[in-house]
Amino acid sequence: MNRTDTDFDATPETGAARQAGSVLLLKLGGTLGVPLVALAAAFGAGALFIAAIGQDPGAVYARLLGGTFGDFYGFGQVLFKATPLIFSGLAVALAFKAGLFNIGAEGQLYVGAFSTAWVGFTLTGLPGVVLVPLCILAGALGGAAWGIIPGYLKARFGTHEVINTIMLNFIAIALTGYLVTHVYFIPETIHTPRVAAQAQIPRLEQFWPAFRGSPVNVSLFLALAAAALVYVFLWRTKQGFELRALGLNPWAAEYGGVGVASGIVMAMALSGGLAGLVGVDFVMGYKYYYEQGFSAGVGFMGIAVALLGRNHPLGVVLAALLFGALSYGGLVINSVVPKELVEILQAIVIVAVIVGTNLFGALAVSLKKRSLK
Amino acid sequence: MNTLHSARGKRGFFLVLTGLCVWLLLAACSLSCARKEKTDSDEARSGAAGAPFKVGLVFDVGGRGDKSFNDSAYRGLVRAKEELGVSFEYIEPGEGSDRASALRLMAKGDARVVFGIGFLFTDDITQTAKEFPDKKFACVDYTVTDAGGIPANLVALKFREEEGSFLIGAIAALKSKTGKLGFVGGMKIPLIKKFEAGYVAGATYVRPDVKVLVSYAGVTDNAFKNPSKGKELALTQYSKGADVIFHASGSTGLGVFEAARERGKLAIGVDSDQYAEAPGYILTSMIKDVDVAVLETIRAAMNGTFEGGVRTLGLKEGGINYVYDDNNKALIGEDVRAAVETLKQKIISGEIVVPST
Repeated sequence: MNRTDTDFDATPETGAARQAGSVLLLKLGGTLGVPLVALAAAFGAGALFIAAIGQDPGAVYARLLGGTFGDFYGFGQVLFKATPLIFSGLAVALAFKAGLFNIGAEGQLYVGAFSTAWVGFTLTGLPGVVLVPLCILAGALGGAAWGIIPGYLKARFGTHEVINTIMLNFIAIALTGYLVTHVYFIPETIHTPRVAAQAQIPRLEQFWPAFRGSPVNVSLFLALAAAALVYVFLWRTKQGFELRALGLNPWAAEYGGVGVASGIVMAMALSGGLAGLVGVDFVMGYKYYYEQGFSAGVGFMGIAVALLGRNHPLGVVLAALLFGALSYGGLVINSVVPKELVEILQAIVIVAVIVGTNLFGALAVSLKKRSLK
Repeated sequence: MNTLHSARGKRGFFLVLTGLCVWLLLAACSLSCARKEKTDSDEARSGAAGAPFKVGLVFDVGGRGDKSFNDSAYRGLVRAKEELGVSFEYIEPGEGSDRASALRLMAKGDARVVFGIGFLFTDDITQTAKEFPDKKFACVDYTVTDAGGIPANLVALKFREEEGSFLIGAIAALKSKTGKLGFVGGMKIPLIKKFEAGYVAGATYVRPDVKVLVSYAGVTDNAFKNPSKGKELALTQYSKGADVIFHASGSTGLGVFEAARERGKLAIGVDSDQYAEAPGYILTSMIKDVDVAVLETIRAAMNGTFEGGVRTLGLKEGGINYVYDDNNKALIGEDVRAAVETLKQKIISGEIVVPST
């Protein structure tokens, strides 16, 4: 740099502050504005598709909005769809923060949900105050156990978690499928026996009758609590700090005294445990039994939710709400347009947000460089 | 060291993975929505505007375009629109958890009758019918259990598939050169067992020495939408000497037809007339008139003669039949046709009682 003392002095303090201020503004705009702009762009592109199949985009979007946020029932359905996505989104985000790519949330939630159901329909003699926490714990432990496997394989042998989590998905789905259709078999169904009545958690309609008919239940609050706990863990505890350090730079983290192997196993266990809690919503709050194929890709959707939410618990909650609205909205407009269209919309949203984020990131970096000059 | 090396989070690598995952996600979604044809016009989808009587229908896992069970139900809707002037809406839920939401969505709207197509709806539709006592519900292939009755506003539409399968078995046995027949079932459940039982009984009734090879595609609902598995099972049966295969497996059966075409052997369709799927290789199809059941239920609801409970349709009621028309006349032949018609009368008169297990 050919910078002289006079140059340095000539740069007014206020100018640097202004530059820093605009960086901050840009950052804020990037966090909140980019997803909104991306959303608008995605819906604009979706309108083209709707028009292409000979429908009126305005009418379809009006129906989508009216069905999801137009009444309490619809809003309840959105919350109901968002609940499992918060869990799976948090699971993926937490692993992400530790530098791990957990594609196995789907398998982990199958194992977790089945464990929840198993405790619920087996230990039927226990009172509710014991059985409910036990069922929740079983879900978390089941998911955690399924997450520890790829975590350990990575920590011990260095095998990549992506391959192992994908493969474990297949095993989990087949294993639970076998248990449902052979061991805990009810003829002509694809679900287990019902969990004990005292293991069933209340629905929101019991407190707010406006939600009548919607299966949204108190597991939503568990999901929000989990989001808060993940935040506290990652940003306010030593272990959380170590996990984030691991995710940013494992070499530096190890040099700084972080146990890399134990960190990886812990991150995968926590991630799997969060995914395993999906069963609390479905088994304890909705159907009251474990049903084969209940998840319909919630675990995979969690990856998109985590990405869209920038791997931040608050972002995950917001992204889960958006995907919940899109998911239930898809059902609402399914009688007018193909369901595939909603899938196209979701895909466009993800692509738009990722592209938008990177563009804004590049812009922020170049501004920062200029302010440092 | 190894651990450290693979833990390095490279940006590009993650982006590629992200793309891969989104693709995986979409692939998973589209699996359940594949094979759908949404070519019908706006009007056919939502019915004529302002029509007073509205019908809602939620499809089974296979969805529309399975050329079988679901399409038959759809024909019932179209016929109801043409003959009774109703309007209709339908939803194709991808997977499990959407079934109940879809039913409730229909019931909450202005639909007066709501259909669930397939046994998987049993629990959900019972629950929904209880919540909406002023709406009428109908479920095709409803599983009747001893525990808990059927609500008064819900009709369970059941079929005596074993009777039609009996006739199919007789045709197959009379046409077989090798004396070996095949059966490919979808999900291994009592409902599909009825097809197998009737088929075996019919085949051995006309030809006691006949051998029937039996395979099922699986134990989950996925077994009804797995054509590659169907093809694999059918190829195995043909290799073992079977020359006619009857399938009762939803869109899995499309793979059976492909195997028949490949090997130059015969296959038998189910639920709808499936001749067009492999012309020349489809001996006949066992017709389950889901469309008639749907149409008649709508008619009853319009006329105020709707009754809850179980309604079973067999050969006698015209809810079950087999295909014999210009397409396959030559394949079946006059003599076999005559023999089968005699059997049909015997079943209707009660002279032959077809086993269902």
